[in-house]
Amino acid sequence: MQDVENIVNGQKLFLKPEYQEVFKNKKQFESNTGSTNPEKVIEIAKWTTTWEYREKNLAREHITINPAKACQPLGAVMAALGFENTMPYVHGSHGCVAYFRSYFTRHFKEPTPCVSDSMSESAAVFGGLSNMKEGLRNCKALYKPDMIAVSTTCMAEVIGDDLNAFVIGARKDAEGELDNTPIPAAHTPSFVGSHITGYDNMMNAILQELNMVEEGVEAPKDAERINIIPGFESYLGSLKEVKKIASMFSDKIVMIGDHEDQWNTPAGEYKLFAGGTPLSVAKTARGAGTTISLQKYSTQATAKTIKGEWKQNYVTCNPIGLGGTDEFVMKLSELTGKPVPAELTKLRGQLVDAMQDSYPYMHGKKFAIWGDPDFLLGVVSFLVEMGAIPVHVLCHNAPRKNWEKEMQAILDKCTFKEECHIWAGKDLWHLRSLLFTEPVDFMIGNVYGKELYRDTKIPLIRIGFPIFDRHHLHRYSISGYEGALNLLTWITNSVLDALDEETKEIAKTDYFFDCVR
Amino acid sequence: MAELRQIAFYGKGGIGKSTTSQNTLAAMAHYFGKKILIVGCDPKADSTRLILHEKAQCTIMQLASEAGTVEDLELEDVCKPGAAEFDPDNTDITEGFIMCAESGGPEPGVGCAGRGVITAINFLEEEGAYDQDLDFVSYDVLGDVVCGGFAMPIREGKAQEIYIVMSGEMMAMYAANNISKGILKYANTGGVRLAGLICNARMTDREYDLAKHLAEQIGTQLIHFVPRSNHVQRAELRRMTVVEFADKTDQAFEYKELARKIIDNDLKVIPKPLEMDDLEALLMEFGLEEEVEADAIGKKASA
Repeated sequence: MQDVENIVNGQKLFLKPEYQEVFKNKKQFESNTGSTNPEKVIEIAKWTTTWEYREKNLAREHITINPAKACQPLGAVMAALGFENTMPYVHGSHGCVAYFRSYFTRHFKEPTPCVSDSMSESAAVFGGLSNMKEGLRNCKALYKPDMIAVSTTCMAEVIGDDLNAFVIGARKDAEGELDNTPIPAAHTPSFVGSHITGYDNMMNAILQELNMVEEGVEAPKDAERINIIPGFESYLGSLKEVKKIASMFSDKIVMIGDHEDQWNTPAGEYKLFAGGTPLSVAKTARGAGTTISLQKYSTQATAKTIKGEWKQNYVTCNPIGLGGTDEFVMKLSELTGKPVPAELTKLRGQLVDAMQDSYPYMHGKKFAIWGDPDFLLGVVSFLVEMGAIPVHVLCHNAPRKNWEKEMQAILDKCTFKEECHIWAGKDLWHLRSLLFTEPVDFMIGNVYGKELYRDTKIPLIRIGFPIFDRHHLHRYSISGYEGALNLLTWITNSVLDALDEETKEIAKTDYFFDCVR
Repeated sequence: MAELRQIAFYGKGGIGKSTTSQNTLAAMAHYFGKKILIVGCDPKADSTRLILHEKAQCTIMQLASEAGTVEDLELEDVCKPGAAEFDPDNTDITEGFIMCAESGGPEPGVGCAGRGVITAINFLEEEGAYDQDLDFVSYDVLGDVVCGGFAMPIREGKAQEIYIVMSGEMMAMYAANNISKGILKYANTGGVRLAGLICNARMTDREYDLAKHLAEQIGTQLIHFVPRSNHVQRAELRRMTVVEFADKTDQAFEYKELARKIIDNDLKVIPKPLEMDDLEALLMEFGLEEEVEADAIGKKASA
């Protein structure tokens, strides 16, 4: 039992003899299978590692196990928090919003502002209009945001709440309290797409709401201005680095949806909102010469608005890895008409040098990797640049069109391309079978690979979203030349850690247990 | 290209809504060369069969559940050209054509048909079904506006003109009044308007007067009184509209007249639905029901 003078946590507590005794006594109440029949457990566990099980597993259609994606409103909340003094408002059930907030908070170790209008049984029957009317006014009165960005949960979507009409109705009934507050609204049903779809829908709604022009009126143009939309970017350091690179070319490049500061507030008095793209800047996005999206597949609806309605030059870049960053840098140079600054050339040179140093260790190593579509295009291209073999590239929320083709084009550049496989729409339980039947040396992915690590013993290199069980990784960049250097450092050192593990046995393998690698 | 007009037909189940809408739309294409997309919003999926000459079209939700997700569908899979003269490639009779899509939905008693309507309309819009060279998009929507999903066609930016199909029977009128209430809710914040009642005659007593009076009370017009005709039934058994089956008959000309009225219609109002008491009073006034004293309510008829 706990001793008041010496409190121990769960890790040590349950090892105490009195708890061990309880566990042992409990066994008799457990059924005849499972834990009381260890042989059977072992037998089944073994069977799940076979090719036979893999075929059954891959044929599985009607259930998802350990998904590698989240739901739409989560992305909508991130998009909203990229704007100054903006409160994400989720029209729907309370529990969903608690989930979004805790999800981000566990990853960033920072509070996440977000409100809900708590639809309940009666709202499900009568529609959520009255929740919306009260909710928006409450939100404005309590938190005084400059903008309220409304998204939806499944519940509001299934009963068919008409979001636009509700916002208009709520505004009308608010006795002027909401008059000067933009309220963009996006339908974000969780059962369609994933968090990147929600990011896209919300970003699209915000840009449309803030850039409405009357028919026949031209928005003021500034051909030199460039907007950069980062997409669902969980690496705050990446946002910082992209801004840094952009600022080397022009001070007319702005980030639209900049959530860097929101999840990186200093200790001291807590403020609800921090940083974000100023609304005044977002309001003139339409007049820019070009918009660059850094995550093509997270901004597809937004792209339609920019290309179709705004008739603006729209380009996509993916500044992850050497080639990806080169493309981004050259695009900025082309758009601004300025040569690449010497500082960047130097950073690039340093990266290439570092890549050469580590190349022998990453070359030929086999990887399994999962994550969002654009993240994968970037990191897999970096793996190929380093001579590694991306054996399993798994994208649970793979877009229907073009993504596989684009990924295949990257894998085709790999010397060992026959060994590489793309797994679109598969989950992490599928991956488990793949890892047992066609093993790799390392996994790259989010925290949900932790169980895979335990089962397969394959080391997990934590790069992705979410990462709940390691600290501060989100502060680093994975974009730009310095981001590539971070990727290089993390991956190479994991390779070296594994090498030490394999060679540490005295007089058995330690002929290679070297201090110099 | 003229501006796209989005219209919707609502009405009580079994009132002849699908038959009326298909005949009217067929007349708009046949006689007036209009280019139309029909979006059936009814799990029964019978809003396009007379145009397609088919038993029932494969619906968007049916195909989506087979494919896994609606995103896996292509527009051509779910949006079919009408048969014979209603095919865009067939210009022998008319330049007009009719494209057909059905939202579909679950079997009675399970799932959520309203969500099916939302999913289907979103899909059609996103895939550019409305971007083609069209004069009209027409939604055929079942029954009362029972949930938010069935109101999808009258959301902001969707159908602006609603036609309610009804008859001179109490329940049909009750439903028409209810649908007006639904429209009113959306009309306050959006652009949707009631454009008229269409009476699909059951030949009940004083039906025309009653329908006309109800229309006036709600603040709209009785845009057309479609008489009963066996031609409709005969055409229907051949999975055709009267307009296509016998375009020189009186009944076909009735639909032609209704089509013309809809094309030229400029009376679009925010409805003023009646209270239940007023509706009952209306029926009594027209002699459909006798006045009932307060103490007679709930009493059995005497032998």
